[in-house]
Amino acid sequence: MANTIPVELQREQERIEKIAREMGLTFFRVIFEMVDWREMNALAAYGGFPTRYPHWRWGMEYAELAKSYQYGLHKIYEMVINNDPTYAYLLQGNAMVDQKLVMAHVYGHADFFVNNVYFAHTNRKMIDTMANHATRVRRHQERHGIETVERFMDACLSVEDLIDPGAVFRESRRAELQVDEPEPQDPGRMPAKAYLDRYVNPPAYLEEKRKQVKKAREDAKRFPPSPDRDVLGFLMAAAPLEPWEQDALEIVRDESYYVLPQRQTKVMNEGWASFWHTHMMTTRILDDTELIDYADHHSGTVAVSPGRLNPYKLGLELFRDIERRWNMGQFGPEWDACDRMAERQRWDRKLGRGREKIYEVRRLHCDSTFLDEYLTQDFCERQGLFVSKTNARTGKEEIESSSFDDVKQALLFHFTNGGRPVIEVLDANYANRGELLLVHRHAGVDLRTDWAKEVLENLTRIWKRPVRIETQIGKKPVRLGHDGDKPIQEDLDQAALKSKSR
Amino acid sequence: MPRIESDVNRFRQIVRGKVREELQKHLGKTELFGKQGGQVVSIPIPHLELPHFVHDTGGKGVGQGEDQGEDAGAKAGDQPGAHILEAEFSVEELATLLGEALELPRIEPKGTDELTSPSGRYTGIATSGPESLRHFKRSYRQALRRLIVSGTYDPANPRVSLVRADRRYRTWKPRPLPKANAAIMYVMDVSGSMGDEQKEIVRTESFWLDAWIRSHYQGVRTVYIVHDAAAKEVDRQTFFTLRESGGTVISSAYELAARIIEERFPASEWNLYLFHFTDGENYSRQDSDKSADMLAETLLPSVNLFGYGQVEALGTRGDFIDVLRARFASDDRVALSRIPDRDAIVVSIKDFLGRGR
Repeated sequence: MANTIPVELQREQERIEKIAREMGLTFFRVIFEMVDWREMNALAAYGGFPTRYPHWRWGMEYAELAKSYQYGLHKIYEMVINNDPTYAYLLQGNAMVDQKLVMAHVYGHADFFVNNVYFAHTNRKMIDTMANHATRVRRHQERHGIETVERFMDACLSVEDLIDPGAVFRESRRAELQVDEPEPQDPGRMPAKAYLDRYVNPPAYLEEKRKQVKKAREDAKRFPPSPDRDVLGFLMAAAPLEPWEQDALEIVRDESYYVLPQRQTKVMNEGWASFWHTHMMTTRILDDTELIDYADHHSGTVAVSPGRLNPYKLGLELFRDIERRWNMGQFGPEWDACDRMAERQRWDRKLGRGREKIYEVRRLHCDSTFLDEYLTQDFCERQGLFVSKTNARTGKEEIESSSFDDVKQALLFHFTNGGRPVIEVLDANYANRGELLLVHRHAGVDLRTDWAKEVLENLTRIWKRPVRIETQIGKKPVRLGHDGDKPIQEDLDQAALKSKSR
Repeated sequence: MPRIESDVNRFRQIVRGKVREELQKHLGKTELFGKQGGQVVSIPIPHLELPHFVHDTGGKGVGQGEDQGEDAGAKAGDQPGAHILEAEFSVEELATLLGEALELPRIEPKGTDELTSPSGRYTGIATSGPESLRHFKRSYRQALRRLIVSGTYDPANPRVSLVRADRRYRTWKPRPLPKANAAIMYVMDVSGSMGDEQKEIVRTESFWLDAWIRSHYQGVRTVYIVHDAAAKEVDRQTFFTLRESGGTVISSAYELAARIIEERFPASEWNLYLFHFTDGENYSRQDSDKSADMLAETLLPSVNLFGYGQVEALGTRGDFIDVLRARFASDDRVALSRIPDRDAIVVSIKDFLGRGR
């Protein structure tokens, strides 16, 4: 792709890039492309990539975007792809000041992609990889029929988020070899003289020990040996798949791992980019005539529409708060211990370590740890955060609580695992019938059952045998499932659940 | 970005498939065409989403705002919202889907006279015509041919100029169009015994009848007649909303229909469709017989199809359908149908349109 922006924008790009470097941002080469609104919407439908495998959901996305753009409901200003070089798109027809704002914002993202640890393992040649994926899927479609491939992809996509966020940071567990040891003859038996044997090695104890060892060996025979959170990876390795099916599943899994850090760092990423665009624009880039337009558009991006949580706003304010606190030394045990209001208000140790601190934060955190670590009660009150809940009677959303603990808990719930339930593979040979058993690590909120049933049905297309999931509905443990023809629902008593989960 | 087009097309294909599958379900719904804007109908298709394992949060979310007034609790930004997709269909498309779903035969229009339409297509070349239609290439080619034949063409100095005889003009061929005019006459009983629900059924059914017949003719005319003890012609709006409370004299409506046909729609030139919706409780047996006579003598000879739909309110049982059945059971032009409730609409449409007339 060639650099398609006009000369005056190229000049601006050079200037902004220089400023960004001077401010300490580091990034791959950034390439801007100028596109019209149709292309912009198409790119947005494809998640930013010019080439994606053929699938109806991009079409649906595009149809919706195009319609809402035509009705004037949204306008996409910027899009940037985590890639080396980093690609970003500018919308044709935007005012110069908007283009500058977008560029400054993009350099913030580009720095985040390079430096945040959660992005360290992402594929930096993803544009090429996506194009290859597209070719592979097209080839499968030509060979096996569009509909067949599409149905299978639908099934894979409905479990696309069942991956293990920690997996990128460790060695593959699947590589571990199990060494077969001979079964111990008499486990736990101590050497003892015959007449003492009854006391040194009580039969009840030996019996229990034998059972333990037996269970351990049984467990070792289980597959997977311990619950596996990378459901997609597990399916790839263990499901009876045609080669093309395996390939399709791999494509979905690859792309899922690629977008994972973006899901994990939405607030930080946007907050960081907004922090830098405001800083660069107001100190170095703007000229006098552009100030009002800039202020108008910037306030648009960080606006809180009634009650809606705006990641740009939340992230920006939190980064600013961290910078302020570390500049003034408002952290550490001394600060925490201080309970005199007046003193806290005057508190300024003139440390000036704010800038350094936010660089560190952007390197080490993802949204959930970011909020867990730096969301303070002061901040929460100043920002007017609250927990809302739909009133079942009136159908309206109402403020349920604005207490710090509730807000923080709700935010953390929302940002842990992308707000999605944690699902693991428990047993691939359930009931010794080669059926798949998943488990939902219930964290106080039930699954949406109508969707869960559909997902289970989709899973039977991949596993090709009945699939079940252990979960709870209204505090009652149940096992939902699907056998390919009809859904299954089995009630479990508490005891049965305990013995199953390890 | 043409690549997205193929995905959009694929998506639309799937949507059409879904709508076709569920068309039977949509047929009886009034809200379907209640949303009609112009010639486009929106059909809601829920759940064209990929299901995932998600939490059932019960509408809980985190919000932000200084003004925690009444409106400060809109939806949290993360919820994927229960968005319902709407597919837009033109009425013709719907008619096609209807035809496919109910396996309706196509209508064979009667009347094979050809009508010369004033418009045509540019298909030929003539030696005379208006300058605005001059065919530049063909004219010069003709001139070149003339020069070569007469031996005055000089390849070293290839100058070609037109003379009057070289000029060629585009010309059009008039296209004969089959003359197939169609008119639909809806007759509805608005007597006191026809309730709102019955009218809704009539409304729904006539929407589909209309869609199907329109898809076979150009410029279909419609006539609406309401009757209780007396009949009058009304506009569409009135037709569906009017509520009278008189008795029922069916012959009055047939008289009016016959007069309108005679005045405006001579049977030799028009494909006429007459649909009559009533609860079938006529004022007297004599009038029923009189109506049946009129039908046999004046109406049936002029129409392609006479559809009689008996819309029955709970507990009523009109007998006009029996009178008609006794007289016309074997007549191909007459379709009789009982519509006791919404679910019967589909069957009734098939009764009416299943003959391809």
